[in-house]
Amino acid sequence: MSTNTASSSSAAAGSADSSAPRRNSKRPKYSRFTQQELPACKPILTPKWVISAFLLVSVVFIPIGVASLFASRDVVEIVDRYETDCIPPPNRSDRNDKVKYIQSSGNKTCIRSLTVPKRMKHPIYVYYQLDNFYQNHRRYVKSRSDTQLKSNSSADDVSSCKPEDNADGRPIVPCGLIAWSLFNDTYNFSRNNQQLNVNKKHISWKSDRENKFGKDVYPTNFQNGTLKGGASLDPLIPLSEQEDLIVWMRTAALPTFRKLYGKIEVDLLENDTIQVILENNYNTYSFDGKKKLVLSTTSWLGGKNDFLGIAYLTVGGLCFVLALTFTVVYLVKPRRLGDPSYLSWNRNPGGR
Amino acid sequence: MLASILVNDQFQPKKWKDLRVGEIIRIQANETLPCDMVLLSTSDPTGVAYVQTINLDGESNLKTRYAKQETLLKMPDEGKVSGLIRCEKPNRNIYGFHANMEIDGKKLSLGPSNIVLRGCQLKNTNWAIGVIVYAGRDTKAMLNNSGAPSKRSRLETHMNSEIIILSMFLVALCVVVSVCALIWLLNHRKELDYLPYYRKQDFSKAGAKDYNYYGWGMETLFAFLMSVIVFQIMIPISLYISMELVRVGQAYFMIRDTQMYDEASHSRFQCRALNINEDLGQVKYVFSDKTGTLTENKMEFQCASIWGEDYSGGNSKIEQGGYSVQVEGKVLRPKMKVKTDLELLQISKCGNGTKEGKHVGDFFLALAACNTIVPLVVDTSDPTVKIIDYQGESPDEQALVYAAATYGFMLMERTSGHIVIDIQGERQRFDVLGLHEFDSDRKRMSVILGCPDKTVRVFVKGADTTMFSVVDKSSNASIIRATEAHLQTYSSLGLRTLVVGMRELCASEFEQWHSSFEAASTALIGRAALLRKVASSVENNLCILGASGIEDKLQQGVPEAIESLRTSGIKVWVLTGDKQETAISIGYSSKLLTSKMTQIIINSNSKESCRRSLEDAIVMSKKLVTIAGVVGNVGGSSEAGSTPVALIIDGTSLVYVLDSELEEQLFQLASRCSVVLCCRVAPFQKAGIVDLVKNRTSDMTLAIGDGANDVSMIQMADVGVGISGQEGRQAVMASDFAMGQFRFLVPLILVHGHWNYQRMAYMILYNFYRNAVMVLVLFWYVLFTSFTLTTAINEWSSMLYSVVYTSVPTIVVGILDKDLSRRTLLQYPQLYGAGYRQECYNAKLFWLTMLDTLWQSAAVFFIPLFAYWCSGIDISSLGDLWILGVVILVNVNLAMDVIRWTWITHAAIWGSIIATFICVVIIDAIPSLIGYWAIFHVASSVTFWLCLLAIVIAGLIPRFAVKYLYQYYKPSDIQIAREAEKFGNLRELGAVQIEMNPILEPPRR
Repeated sequence: MSTNTASSSSAAAGSADSSAPRRNSKRPKYSRFTQQELPACKPILTPKWVISAFLLVSVVFIPIGVASLFASRDVVEIVDRYETDCIPPPNRSDRNDKVKYIQSSGNKTCIRSLTVPKRMKHPIYVYYQLDNFYQNHRRYVKSRSDTQLKSNSSADDVSSCKPEDNADGRPIVPCGLIAWSLFNDTYNFSRNNQQLNVNKKHISWKSDRENKFGKDVYPTNFQNGTLKGGASLDPLIPLSEQEDLIVWMRTAALPTFRKLYGKIEVDLLENDTIQVILENNYNTYSFDGKKKLVLSTTSWLGGKNDFLGIAYLTVGGLCFVLALTFTVVYLVKPRRLGDPSYLSWNRNPGGR
Repeated sequence: MLASILVNDQFQPKKWKDLRVGEIIRIQANETLPCDMVLLSTSDPTGVAYVQTINLDGESNLKTRYAKQETLLKMPDEGKVSGLIRCEKPNRNIYGFHANMEIDGKKLSLGPSNIVLRGCQLKNTNWAIGVIVYAGRDTKAMLNNSGAPSKRSRLETHMNSEIIILSMFLVALCVVVSVCALIWLLNHRKELDYLPYYRKQDFSKAGAKDYNYYGWGMETLFAFLMSVIVFQIMIPISLYISMELVRVGQAYFMIRDTQMYDEASHSRFQCRALNINEDLGQVKYVFSDKTGTLTENKMEFQCASIWGEDYSGGNSKIEQGGYSVQVEGKVLRPKMKVKTDLELLQISKCGNGTKEGKHVGDFFLALAACNTIVPLVVDTSDPTVKIIDYQGESPDEQALVYAAATYGFMLMERTSGHIVIDIQGERQRFDVLGLHEFDSDRKRMSVILGCPDKTVRVFVKGADTTMFSVVDKSSNASIIRATEAHLQTYSSLGLRTLVVGMRELCASEFEQWHSSFEAASTALIGRAALLRKVASSVENNLCILGASGIEDKLQQGVPEAIESLRTSGIKVWVLTGDKQETAISIGYSSKLLTSKMTQIIINSNSKESCRRSLEDAIVMSKKLVTIAGVVGNVGGSSEAGSTPVALIIDGTSLVYVLDSELEEQLFQLASRCSVVLCCRVAPFQKAGIVDLVKNRTSDMTLAIGDGANDVSMIQMADVGVGISGQEGRQAVMASDFAMGQFRFLVPLILVHGHWNYQRMAYMILYNFYRNAVMVLVLFWYVLFTSFTLTTAINEWSSMLYSVVYTSVPTIVVGILDKDLSRRTLLQYPQLYGAGYRQECYNAKLFWLTMLDTLWQSAAVFFIPLFAYWCSGIDISSLGDLWILGVVILVNVNLAMDVIRWTWITHAAIWGSIIATFICVVIIDAIPSLIGYWAIFHVASSVTFWLCLLAIVIAGLIPRFAVKYLYQYYKPSDIQIAREAEKFGNLRELGAVQIEMNPILEPPRR
């Protein structure tokens, strides 16, 4: 037993597994996988690598940021807040007056005039914007019945729609709070006394029209309850064609949201004055909600929003600064990679 | 299991469980004892019984036990004896027993040599009769069996405390949400009836009543409970499942490791506990058994110095046939073959003809005679060949007798009165006139033989320290000097040395000795002291015959393994039942002790002296460490503790230390020592020592052993490793990990342990982060839904998040990632320190991770929020963007931390991201769900993709920058080693060259 198997254990075993014949079945079979020696790439954060990564990020981000900002600035947007202005001055004094006014049955027409600041290319999207309206409230979001919307046969499936499920013992179609609170202000646009057509076709998602709202489902018993929440629907038109409802039922993610009202298919010129005849029906007064009318063009990035551009510029700039700092630090205080003098057992405990 | 018990004057079988104290029991040869019994009589007329105690202390040789002469003769007339045994209460000390027996009005004292313990086997004795003194649970074997505690890994314990922090965080989030919800409700209490998105009042029925509204108190409670449900993934339940999976994977690789496969026993590594893999990476204390763990428990005669002449086996070989003797037409041959020195063999064969031959003859006669070995003749398959098996308490003596046999001095027979030795084929009978047993004060034994040529000679064998003081220095000074020089060489090779001396007694001297020996051995009071005195009277003026060198064969690779362990900063404690000298010599040969170390030896016989020596030792070790520190500062040397201290303490002292206030002092002392050697320890003391360390430090302990005597220690330690050696399976059964050889401990803890720890630690942190990011994203959204816990991310996605979207990569990384290669880890054991210093998982890292989590969740949530503010985006579309953002971010974060990219890692990480996209698409293709087709609408816009890009980059910048700065300007050892590995300057790291053990390369001359 005094054979010369000196050298470290690893070497001994290592040579053994290459040479030893595999007679014994208990011996684990050698494979690169079981020995955890699969070919692998071992990236290490070297200064060069890190600095170039930061530079790359800034090179990519800054142009995107600039382009986004330009795109956002190109968008022409007219926003008209009208919820207070469209209440007759005597009723504006406090909330109760406003609510009383909006709930009265009289004519609530209101005329607004908008000036186009810059030439607007068609299509011009017409939105209504609501503030402080929690379409994402849990009670609200759940208050709908997708099966009922989809098929005629499930009109009775209203269990999730309470308290707007039945009226006079019959199911409401479409049921639920969402449908009940359908937005019902209407806008009529005219330019130089000439009617501007608002195209309300295809303002909703095609997928919704085709697969979520049934072609054979007609509004029944809708808005017949004690309290009218919003718009009424034409009982002769199937839900799949009630595009305002379909748009409304795509509940907004955030408490401040816009919903597409329609599209104006003509260009608007600079300094054009647009007359809007507005039916102010929707009650946001009870919760101090704002109502805005928005006309906006789009860019490749969507609507007017500087945030992405600024964010990209910030991140890109930050990366550039970091790259610069790291370069400076690297030049001032370099460390050789794998330098053994940094090892804890090579470091001088006396702190020379 | 039945035992035969004396009932009504007859031995009748009785179940083991029905045995009672006081019953008379009869044991047959090779039977295992069911209880602790005091021997009354045996088949041997002198009352000797041979027992094997392998199940108790792991020693495989036979031990002798004696029945008292007074009871021996009583037994034949059964049932006529009446007596009373007074013994101590059941205790765990298997080496101690104090009792007395009253029989026929005579009071006899009983000691450890009169009791046979449960678990022993009766050997070479046809029967033995005894009286049961301890039965069942009271037996010493059972008391040494402490129950198996359930083990939980330290990382998991730490993790649990962090989970409590997370739970408090969860509760805090829920409280915030519910308080905000309450405030909102109170602010809007007048509007709630009509609020289109609340509609408290139900107008559909007559008499307007509230719909689903139970007052603000209840609503707040509901908000709280609902938020608990929504945010509950903050507690990473899936982490426990992932951890189990990862451990299975890690165990697979440990079992499959070809470097932990024992060729000799064909045994693989066994992973018997599945929940403490990562503890292997944090071990700070290793407690090792010696016999069978460090050594193979095979003594081998290596070399001899006879009459000043060194025979070191330069041209040695094992002779094929070995030495054999013809007796009655049968060939007798010793069981073990010994390497022989041809020159020495030649001389010994020549016999007494030459002066040299006479000296050699005397030397081997001394080896063959001066011992307590019992030769047993064993049949073999070949009827003409018989094998002589030498049995005895001391493996050294066995080795010496085998060596003597090989050189032609074969011990054939031993009774209490005479021995028969076959000298070069000639049977000679020697009368054993007296025997002075070994004791630890004299450190030698002697036998007085009446030789066939009518001379009386005393042969003495003992440790060199005590032998040279009794040698006749005047006559042969040159021989003494030469022998001393040889001894020096032998012990520096790590051999166990013994010096042999001889003297002829003249008739008057013999008479004088004989009378005083008779008087002393029958003395009732102070017998031991008297005998010692007699012995020293005859053991003097010896003529030195020579010295022997025996190698306690270490297992392969043990010195290197111990060196690696010590270099890695692990404290190695060796706990052995051996004598102190043996233990120290093994310590040297296994590189546990080096000549550079200062040894502190504690063997005390009372608590008071024990306390004193401990106090002295502490003072001394303090001084040594400070001196070393000063030297280190002045010379700028690399290590503070350049004068390592070794503590050697024996079992008797430990008896006073354990379970007393001295424990604290011992621990203080031991924590300054890099090596601790405990000799003469009983199994329960082993556990006690482990417990002492475990209670006083938070460091992890690992115990390694192979015998039944190590079971309690293995179970007590945080990690128990069993060696599947020759000594039965008990250690393996009690262990958490089992392997074939001690040296596998190095790859096990330095490599696999390190990997497992690093992987598991990262995985836990990552899982905390992963789940917290998701929860925080949900939480931020709640702030924008008037605190009503709407989730933008649909239920399916939040359910699949921790199961499908992000779980596979973390498991794959937990199983496969390696921070350093096996080579590097073995080459630089110091790298192991990261484990016990807890560098991969600690409170600082946890809080840093949580801070990062906060930032990342903010990036995920607010970038899309502001990008889509005042737009027509619907809940589902934004939810899809958020979930994709989280999943990509979390996976890229993992990708950033992966150290080794194999194709499996690539597949897992990028595959998970792709799988998430596919899942989101599938979920959004179900028309009945609210988010139908949302992903297609939102993904067709550029903003969506810009948001995703911004989320990933903005989310990871801080982590990336901090990680880089930390790695570059405050590099850990592991980081340096990784860089060195990659850029190939590993050689420069100042490797600690592990010195080769000279024993592995025997000097060849």
